[in-house]
Amino acid sequence: MAEFKEISPNAPLADKALNWVDNRFPLSKLYKDHLSEYYAPKNFNFLYFFGVLSMLVLVIQILTGIFLTMHYKPDAAIAFASVEYIMRDVPWGWLIRYMHSTGASAFFIVVYMHMFRGLIYGSYRKPRELVWLFGCAIFLALMGEAFMGYLLPWGQMSYWGAQVIVNLFSAIPFIGPDLALLIRGDYVVGDATLNRFFAFHVIAVPLVLLGLVVAHIIALHEVGSNNPDGIEIKAHKDDNGKPLDGIPFHPYYTVHDIMGVMGFLLVFTAIIFFAPEFGGYFLEYNNFIPADPLKTPLHIAPVWYFTPYYSMLRAITSEMMYALIVCVIAAAYLGTTRAAISNTLKTAIIGGAVVLVGAMLAIDAKFWGVVVMGGAVVILFFLPWLDNCAVKSIRYRPNWHKYLYVVFVIDFFILGYLGMQPPSAIGERVSQVGSLFYFGFFLLMPWWSRLGETKPVPDRVNFVAH
Amino acid sequence: MKKIILSMLISLASSLPVFANTDAFVWDKAPNKLNDLGALQHGAKLFVNYCLNCHAASYMRFNRLTDIGLTEKDIKDNLLFTTDKVGETMKVAMDPKQAKDWFGNTPPDLTVIARSRSGHGGTGTDYLYTYLRTYYRDEGKATGWNNLAFPNAAMPNVLWELQGERKPLYDTIESHGHETQVFKSWQQVTPGKLNPAEYDEAIADLVNYMQWMSEPAQNTRVKIGVWVLMFLLVFMFIAWRLNASFWKEIR
Repeated sequence: MAEFKEISPNAPLADKALNWVDNRFPLSKLYKDHLSEYYAPKNFNFLYFFGVLSMLVLVIQILTGIFLTMHYKPDAAIAFASVEYIMRDVPWGWLIRYMHSTGASAFFIVVYMHMFRGLIYGSYRKPRELVWLFGCAIFLALMGEAFMGYLLPWGQMSYWGAQVIVNLFSAIPFIGPDLALLIRGDYVVGDATLNRFFAFHVIAVPLVLLGLVVAHIIALHEVGSNNPDGIEIKAHKDDNGKPLDGIPFHPYYTVHDIMGVMGFLLVFTAIIFFAPEFGGYFLEYNNFIPADPLKTPLHIAPVWYFTPYYSMLRAITSEMMYALIVCVIAAAYLGTTRAAISNTLKTAIIGGAVVLVGAMLAIDAKFWGVVVMGGAVVILFFLPWLDNCAVKSIRYRPNWHKYLYVVFVIDFFILGYLGMQPPSAIGERVSQVGSLFYFGFFLLMPWWSRLGETKPVPDRVNFVAH
Repeated sequence: MKKIILSMLISLASSLPVFANTDAFVWDKAPNKLNDLGALQHGAKLFVNYCLNCHAASYMRFNRLTDIGLTEKDIKDNLLFTTDKVGETMKVAMDPKQAKDWFGNTPPDLTVIARSRSGHGGTGTDYLYTYLRTYYRDEGKATGWNNLAFPNAAMPNVLWELQGERKPLYDTIESHGHETQVFKSWQQVTPGKLNPAEYDEAIADLVNYMQWMSEPAQNTRVKIGVWVLMFLLVFMFIAWRLNASFWKEIR
């Protein structure tokens, strides 16, 4: 607890007021810790804009969301009409709605870029594991938020997308059908579903999101930011204990981020004002038809940001299960013959593999598709413990590591593309190979990340004065 | 780094043409008349006279037509058939239950139909422009009409007195050993009140009106967008110089 600080009675009024507050609330301390004396590496590149942009989009979504709820009606009979009411009769309603719908896609773009940044510069490595874990939890919450928000306009895609995804839960053995019923609140997606999704979308998930964002930032400011060189700037401090390669967040990164925000807003507003549907990617055309439980659309595809995972879900056919069983057996074989571990552990591995293969044969492939889809996100949580490379940043990794990351990104885009397409024989094969690569990238990382010759990491960050 | 971004861009670009062309009939490109108030007003008149008998546009208010240059008096005198209040939405005169009996389907609400019909073949406006110009006589159908862009459409050709009756002519093309019929051109069977060029013009006005009605704010949106972008460009310049002035002391 801080000492109570007296201030001269002749001090200016503003100083006296601040002193009064500081004796009761750590205002100056918070300002110093998080802005004026939070030292960030000076060598950030443009990929470091996406953190602040995620926060900006979150604020945009919350503010526009508040105004949308003032006119939106979460009632299956009038939800679609209330959205059109907002678009036509509410002054500036169209702008608020387009900001929110474009914001949803923008959120995923900036968050994917933010995660990509963390991935290639090793920002999840010690001591930033918790920063990464909170971030992954944010991503998970964001996916839930987006999924439930997408039901609210009550168009055909809203309705049938929710129907398809909720039905997936019924593939879970034993509890599945009851779980799906619990989520829907009815035997089909209906008014009860719309109401509960509304409740989750406007209050429950946003509260969780905000809490996680605060935790994400507190954890970050505790350990300090990583940088493109993956060097700890705290290793070199001046006489006052300030990192030599660090600069105060305010004013340097605040003015820097204003520039990034302007760049983002240029693109964001260009989409809002000139192409709010963004060619059917941000607002799907079919969603301008009111939900009709009796008419299933020919082709149901989720919004673009979910399609990589949707692709992986569809890749798991009963045929694919045999390929996965081979993978499990191969992993168990390597684990028992190559690894230097105790015999009890080896027995456990064999036992586990036998049980898993049994379950894979016994339970429908649809369930394993759900497991794969969920696993594709959950596996991100383990990244800090999968990466064994001697260096953090991609800059000092062997060249072939870079190519592997390039292939990973391309793989993710291909999976995303296939997830939008109607099912096809060749698409299925490609998505199966793509899914195996996606999981192989992470699951084999403990081994491949150790291979190859890393480059010497410099003592101090690379920085070219502007 | 640059390589990664480049490869991301390439894969993004290659993933863009998402919607594969599966429709047999190619949509014509509708002329853009969104800034032509006369055309939009003519379209509104056609819409109210020919479409609103069976279809509703239940999110569209009559007095919104003031946005395309009509006065409330114009609307009241010429366009109100089902209601006497200009603040009302465009409801349908027909009973939806009867409609279902007659056509097998409730005619869909047309307020946002132009937005919903966009797809791989073009914009929803292109689709409507094509659809309303590809009717032909088919005695095998209950309504006596069929359509090339939307085969087995439940809607009869309500504009037939304007268009007259037409017949599609086909070419027979042989490929891979089997013959297929490919649409070649139209043959006018009986004349309509309008000649083909006038009819195309009228349909262009109608579908442009429907495009406008699907989002009445769209012209305003684009106009404001230009100013917003100009403001942001100026502000971006200021932000850039501000940033430079702070960062010049960082070595």
